[in-house]
Amino acid sequence: MATAGHVEPAGYHTRRDERGRTVVVLTGQWTLRGIDGNADALASALREHARDNDKVVWDCREVRGLDNVGALVLWRLQGFAQGHAIEVRPEHAALCERWARREPPPEGGRSPGVRPLAVLSSLGQGLRSHALEFTTLIGCVVVDGGRLLRRPDQIPWKDISASIYEAGVRALGITALVGALVGIVMSYLSSLELRNFGAPSYIVNVLGLSIMRELGPLLAAILVAGRSGSAMAAELGVMRLTEELDALSAMGISRIVRLVLPNIVALAVALPLLVVWTDAIALFGGMVAAHITLGIDIPEFVHAIPSAVPVVDFVLGIVKGAVFGVVIALIACHFGLRIKPNTRSLGVETTNAVVTGISAVIFVDAVFAIGFRGIGLP
Amino acid sequence: MTSDNIIEMEHVFTRFGRNVVHEDITLSVARGEILGLVGGSGSGKTTLVREMIGLDQPSAGRVRLFGEPLDKIEAETLATLRNRCGVLFQGGALFSAFTVFENVAFPLQEYRAIEPTLIRDLVYMKLAQVGLGPEVAAYLPAELSGGMVKRAALARALALEPELLFLDEPTSGLDPVAAQTFVHHLQDLHKELQFTAVVITHDLDLMRDLCTSLAILADRRIVARGAPTEMALNPHPFVQAMFLGERGQRVFGAMAS
Ligand SMILES: Nc1ncnc2c1ncn2[C@@H]1O[C@H](COP(=O)(O)OP(=O)(O)OP(=O)(O)O)[C@@H](O)[C@H]1O
Ligand SMILES: [Mg+2]
Repeated sequence: MATAGHVEPAGYHTRRDERGRTVVVLTGQWTLRGIDGNADALASALREHARDNDKVVWDCREVRGLDNVGALVLWRLQGFAQGHAIEVRPEHAALCERWARREPPPEGGRSPGVRPLAVLSSLGQGLRSHALEFTTLIGCVVVDGGRLLRRPDQIPWKDISASIYEAGVRALGITALVGALVGIVMSYLSSLELRNFGAPSYIVNVLGLSIMRELGPLLAAILVAGRSGSAMAAELGVMRLTEELDALSAMGISRIVRLVLPNIVALAVALPLLVVWTDAIALFGGMVAAHITLGIDIPEFVHAIPSAVPVVDFVLGIVKGAVFGVVIALIACHFGLRIKPNTRSLGVETTNAVVTGISAVIFVDAVFAIGFRGIGLP
Repeated sequence: MTSDNIIEMEHVFTRFGRNVVHEDITLSVARGEILGLVGGSGSGKTTLVREMIGLDQPSAGRVRLFGEPLDKIEAETLATLRNRCGVLFQGGALFSAFTVFENVAFPLQEYRAIEPTLIRDLVYMKLAQVGLGPEVAAYLPAELSGGMVKRAALARALALEPELLFLDEPTSGLDPVAAQTFVHHLQDLHKELQFTAVVITHDLDLMRDLCTSLAILADRRIVARGAPTEMALNPHPFVQAMFLGERGQRVFGAMAS
């Protein structure tokens, strides 16, 4: 019997019996631990004997433990399975029987290598399915959103407010930190140049315009795309993994209304507010840096902002924030709902959600920059 | 003799916050024993088994696995001990990104002392042993039925020919025929390999046919411990309800008479 911790290695010896046949006596533990990596060595040694099958008797009665690994090593020997001269212990009979009767496993399908045309066509199919699903998602959101507007009692306020807290309030710290740092860096870099030109007070214009029109919205959106985009996608994915999505559907509750819409509304509300917050902190950082490098007084700076930056630019930044929010949430939910119930897909699609979200934000920003090039710039 | 006990638990207490799950549990499992761990839903059976493998630490008390105290064990020793154990989790716990084949092959590949050429044959044999055909091998866990998940998980638990098996409700979710086959299969394996097993179950047929002894967990303690046939003599109300109830009578009544 196999004793824990004390393993007798698998082995064999041979002798001649009275009829002149070779008797191969298997000894030790023919188990996973008894064989312990020697399967090939044992098999090649035994193969010699297995070849002249008629004159060999296999004696397995001294085997002190036989499991599937041991049985497999023996039954892979050509001739062993056909040999009738096998003697085994009664408790091993069932296992031997099973291996003698087993059907060879099916051939594994080889993957057909990389074919460029197939890659292209699957790429095309992937793009098409993305486009189709994304359009469907937008359609569902519009239809369900419209229905909710007619039945305001069904609006999931709780989910929306929870989502705003998660995506907005909890992002205050990181947006403030990044905003302040970028404001300081911008201010330092521009102050060097402006001092050379002898126009230090223009720092207000440079900082105000670039932060309110471009940097504030972009920074906040990229941070939120990374934070909330991944969280939203992963949440939907885990709900697929644990069949929570199915449970919701089985209760007749729309996943668009309960899961997707609150995220969209939350980001559409929270991101513009975050933009204002990031603008303020970044300007503050820039202001402090300008005070140190150029000696501009802080009250002076604050008073100069309204005249230096047109209101349109500030408003444009906020509008961009709202649009970015909707785009980020839509993309996160799109990838989140594509997640298949396995962990690898969860990782892949969450990454896709973040990467696509950030790229889309920058793309939309470029569209805004071109579309509004005649507006707001002094 | 203590050295012949594979698992020893001494005065184990478990608390989750204010929820006391185990109170002074002392339990040992001898080599070759198939212990049925029985108890109501939420009585702490899964938790007890997790403590036996060292996945959870009890709040107080000592656990020994293969004679090694789990509270002060080196990570490396624990890993080799766990190589000798097979665990079937209640929910299957298959790796969702792997196919069934890869799931069963995984412990074999990680063990490293098995020639890769043998692994294919072993995996298909394991699958056949638990009643899964070769066509299932390419499926992902999400594409399996509940019973198939259970069988695939069992095949994985059996992959390394464990000396000690932990089975958390192995027959729940199987049809009666499959459950019967499963019991026969484990009985055969037990005869061949003389492994030790701890089986959590609510299945009275399985307790009667497979388990060599039972431990009954109720009121946070082990209230009964002994051969399945002795259980009806135990005065504890839970044991009475379980073994002298209508279903208990049907399964165990024939044995007693
Ligand atoms: N990680 C945990 N944190 C807090 N409480 C837990 C945890 N795990 C288990 N519990 C509690 O411990 C108790 C026992 O749980 P356990 O899963 O061991 O029950 P069980 O006997 O296996 O039940 P079942 O037969 O339903 O599987 C339950 O009350 C449960 O709420
Ligand atoms: Mg349980």
